Amino acid sequence: MTGSTSTRFTRVLGAATLLGTLWLFLFGLFLSPDDIIQRRGVRIMYVHVPSVWLAYLAFVVTGIASVAYLWNKTRSLVWDRIAGASAEIGILFMAVTLVTGSLWGRLSWGKYWVWDARLTSTALMFVTYVGYLAVRNLGGTHQQRAKRSALVAIFAVIEIPLVHFSVERWNTLHQEESVAKGKLQDMMLFSLFSGIVTFTLLYVWLLIHRQRVLAMQDALDDRELDRALIERRAEADAAAQPATTSAGV
Amino acid sequence: MSTARVALAIAAKDLRIERRSRVMLNQVLPFSGVVMVLFAFALDKANLLSRVAPGLIWMATLFSLLVMVQRSFAVETDDRAFDALAVAGLSPTGLFLGKSLALAVQLLVLDVVLVLLAVVLYETKIHGGGRLALAAVTIVAAVSVLAGIGTLYGGLAAGSKGRDTLLPLLLLPMAAPVVIGATRSMEAAFATGGIAMREGWAWAGLLVALGVLTTVGGALGFSALIEE
Amino acid sequence: METSFVLISYALTFGGIGVLAFGLMRRARQLAQRTTPEDRPWT
Repeated sequence: MTGSTSTRFTRVLGAATLLGTLWLFLFGLFLSPDDIIQRRGVRIMYVHVPSVWLAYLAFVVTGIASVAYLWNKTRSLVWDRIAGASAEIGILFMAVTLVTGSLWGRLSWGKYWVWDARLTSTALMFVTYVGYLAVRNLGGTHQQRAKRSALVAIFAVIEIPLVHFSVERWNTLHQEESVAKGKLQDMMLFSLFSGIVTFTLLYVWLLIHRQRVLAMQDALDDRELDRALIERRAEADAAAQPATTSAGV
Repeated sequence: MSTARVALAIAAKDLRIERRSRVMLNQVLPFSGVVMVLFAFALDKANLLSRVAPGLIWMATLFSLLVMVQRSFAVETDDRAFDALAVAGLSPTGLFLGKSLALAVQLLVLDVVLVLLAVVLYETKIHGGGRLALAAVTIVAAVSVLAGIGTLYGGLAAGSKGRDTLLPLLLLPMAAPVVIGATRSMEAAFATGGIAMREGWAWAGLLVALGVLTTVGGALGFSALIEE
Repeated sequence: METSFVLISYALTFGGIGVLAFGLMRRARQLAQRTTPEDRPWT
């Protein structure tokens, strides 16, 4: 394990996260009681709600890190890598959110999808994440990548609430069904809360490791670029030599 | 050169290029016409068409927007003209406003044609000056938003490999609020879908606010993008 | 139907976490072999 991205802090964090995840798995799948109305289906809630939380958290962090990068006083590629790492983590959990939510919806409301403001803006958020990651892979220098993607992220953060508002306004015209929430028992509420805490720890753990991996990748890319420049220069010098030696004989 | 003069000069340049090449006239307008016809094939029933006409107009607009934005920046990146403009020290805000203006003018022409096509193909009717005014305001406001975000994302994706497929992915989600608002507003103007005129004007108001936001935000973003 | 949906949800969630975590650790190890300690200011 020498020379990787772990430090003492991340090992402690990782252990705590692992315990919390194990507990969530056991409780959600086996130990928790069935719901009176939804029966077994309610168990999806224990993975769906923390996933939503994590996806939104990641989205917000990407936005904040993007602003931090663009603001001159705090400009640093670390912020760029945090933004990128956060988006990569977020997109996975956003996909999980949409799928688990859809399955849960089928069980609770009988439909895989409704066009309410929350689902619609979440789906659109997912698509903007995909676009954001594609922009990060456009190539160019690290700084170009950072600037382009930071701008995309900021526009996305402004746009998503706008979509939410528009869809909400649109729906009041047609009275779509709202997501009804039943009452939760104490034990269920506690586990839901601990699931959110666990996923937050998980997010931080993943973020730290991914940022460090990206840092190593960036450093490697810089090194290879320098090497390529040196080689080219050596080639150019070597090409200039033969003219003098042959003339000197 | 002041920002306003830069903007007008750039807009004039783009429109002049269009007048000479006639790409908009010969390719984009026919393209959008074909799209409108294909909608009829896809949707089958005549009375359904008149009810969804506003939505179809804006979808056809979006499809054409993608082509128009790519064209708007293709004229810049060919021969690296874009870099030349940026290096020349021209105000990036002026560049943005100029390209947006040219794009908006072309979109305006496009939408007028699309509305006429809807009247002919989908049996759309506009009764009275009030409804006509609402349709006009909607088009102008929506077009200004679309031109702004088109210029912004066009500039972002310009000159990079893979830009052709990236632009639609970036642009269309951003256009979502416009589609929602402009369609509702036009539904009021065309008296389909049971939306009252007052509701329609509310949506048009939202579009105007979006237009202002897009112009200011877009100019800021574009400047950040260009500046080193 | 409920059981299968619940199982799919849990498989996706914890499977996704597992894939992400293990993939991340493996990538970290690969890159650590190719980089110098200067590239890793957290150590």
